[in-house]
Amino acid sequence: MIEVTGLTVRYGGVTSLDDLSLTFEQGTCGLIGPNGAGKTTFFNVLSGFVRPAGGTVRAFGVDLLSMAHFRRARWGVRRTFQTEQAIEELSVFDNVAMVHEHSGAGASARRRDVLDAISFTGLDAGPDTKVRTLGMGQRRLVEVARAVVGRPRLVLLDEPAAGLPDEETRHLGEVITRIPEHTGALAILVDHDMSLVSACCQTTAVLDFGKLIASGPTAAVLRDDDVIRAYLGVA
Amino acid sequence: MRADRTQLIRWGVVAALVLFVLFGFPAFLSLYYVDAMTQVAIYSMVALALGILVGRVGLVSLGQVAVLAIGAWVAARLLFATTQPYPLVLLEAGLITMVAGTLIGLPALRLRGLYLALITLMLAGAITVVLATVNFPNGGHGFLGYNGGLIHIPPIRRPSVAAGDPAYFRYSVIVAVLMFLLVLAHIRTRPGRAWAAIRQSEPAALAAGINTWLYKLWAFALASFITGVAGGVLAGAVHYLYSIGFPTQDSITLLAVVLMGGAYSLWGAVVAALLYQFLPALLNNWGVSADWLIILFGLGVVQVLTTAPAGLADQVPRDLARLGRLLMRLRGDTG
Repeated sequence: MIEVTGLTVRYGGVTSLDDLSLTFEQGTCGLIGPNGAGKTTFFNVLSGFVRPAGGTVRAFGVDLLSMAHFRRARWGVRRTFQTEQAIEELSVFDNVAMVHEHSGAGASARRRDVLDAISFTGLDAGPDTKVRTLGMGQRRLVEVARAVVGRPRLVLLDEPAAGLPDEETRHLGEVITRIPEHTGALAILVDHDMSLVSACCQTTAVLDFGKLIASGPTAAVLRDDDVIRAYLGVA
Repeated sequence: MRADRTQLIRWGVVAALVLFVLFGFPAFLSLYYVDAMTQVAIYSMVALALGILVGRVGLVSLGQVAVLAIGAWVAARLLFATTQPYPLVLLEAGLITMVAGTLIGLPALRLRGLYLALITLMLAGAITVVLATVNFPNGGHGFLGYNGGLIHIPPIRRPSVAAGDPAYFRYSVIVAVLMFLLVLAHIRTRPGRAWAAIRQSEPAALAAGINTWLYKLWAFALASFITGVAGGVLAGAVHYLYSIGFPTQDSITLLAVVLMGGAYSLWGAVVAALLYQFLPALLNNWGVSADWLIILFGLGVVQVLTTAPAGLADQVPRDLARLGRLLMRLRGDTG
């Protein structure tokens, strides 16, 4: 469980997260909102790239903000980025092994864990394939494999389906849905594709201008008047 | 299974090539070219080290020749002052240079790109000035070991098993092969993967749990160690060292040839060293001024950066394969 209390982030005069308090219980949770709502900023706080002006984040009872950013991966934070970040020069196996060897998981289980994570994503390319030869959908799956390897506790997915065709988005959605039961981690999905969010997430929180405007079961949240107004504007 | 076979064949070809270089070159080449190839072996190590920084981690250093000078200095001093065996001196020169190079790299790690390049260039300039002021040790007493204007300056000694030029050439190649294997052991394992992650995106590397500061420092340490060892081999190769032999601008030329050879490939280091040391020897023998090379390297860098970012080591085999396919097709058409 992730408990966020009074989280505030300011960039100069802009308040990107404004006294945000919310809780992610378990499973795959959605985090949506218009561009500039503060979703990626929230992820950047959790990964340690942004130091908040105030507030606390307790993840499974641990004060996440007091941890150095590169130590959070060892603790169990995994994330993907809006722009795809699979490493082109390395093979699929090495991409995933790179995360495993900094996760604190034992080296003896590395080969098994890495191959297991790759097969979990249903990637249709061999582990020795160089990432530079893969298509965008396959690279996104490599990123998911990196996110689920080595005992993750919190998986942050930042627009993993951006730019993917429908068929690949559907497959990615199925994989994301299975992350919590496969790894025991809590997954948070940021995406603009509402059908993907509906398919993957039991609960969803909505941000607008750095504030929480709705949260609860996904179907109810997507029908919420405030949410529709935030996305479409006031008529 | 097939991958294993290909790997085996590849290693076989490399081993055969190294054996040919070790025994074929001294047999076929004149002493002039054997000496030139010794320099190629030495500078392939320097290019290899710079390739780690530029190609693997994305840190542009313009001070590598100054680091080489530190290695050569330490080795020369140890060779004059002690009777330690040569391999031990090389190891010590490498380790001391590693400490010095890492200390230089330490404040520079907060910088990237152009600023890092500028800082390293200035440090190289500073080291060059210090060397010009205090001179290289040439057998005198004390830490500086400079005996002024004495006429009988003793040469820097070589290992007893490699006193002659052909034997010293083989010795240099073996040291270079060891350094290449050291780098291979790095890039195939944890540090190599971490460097690849850092080069692609530092935030993504941090998110993957990589201590980017530590791994960048590691790259600096490894590059300095290898350059230090190369400096030690250089000391024995030339017998006499002068500060004038390590001008600051050579670091820039070195970066140019490393980019031309291919900073990301191990073969690129060999190509870079051939461009940097063999080509001038060849032109010199033909009576052409080696100054033309500066122009050639300038054009070469532009050529490589526009048509082959992975360097000649990547471009030439690819183009040759393309040419081979074209010739096959032509033969097919006429036959």
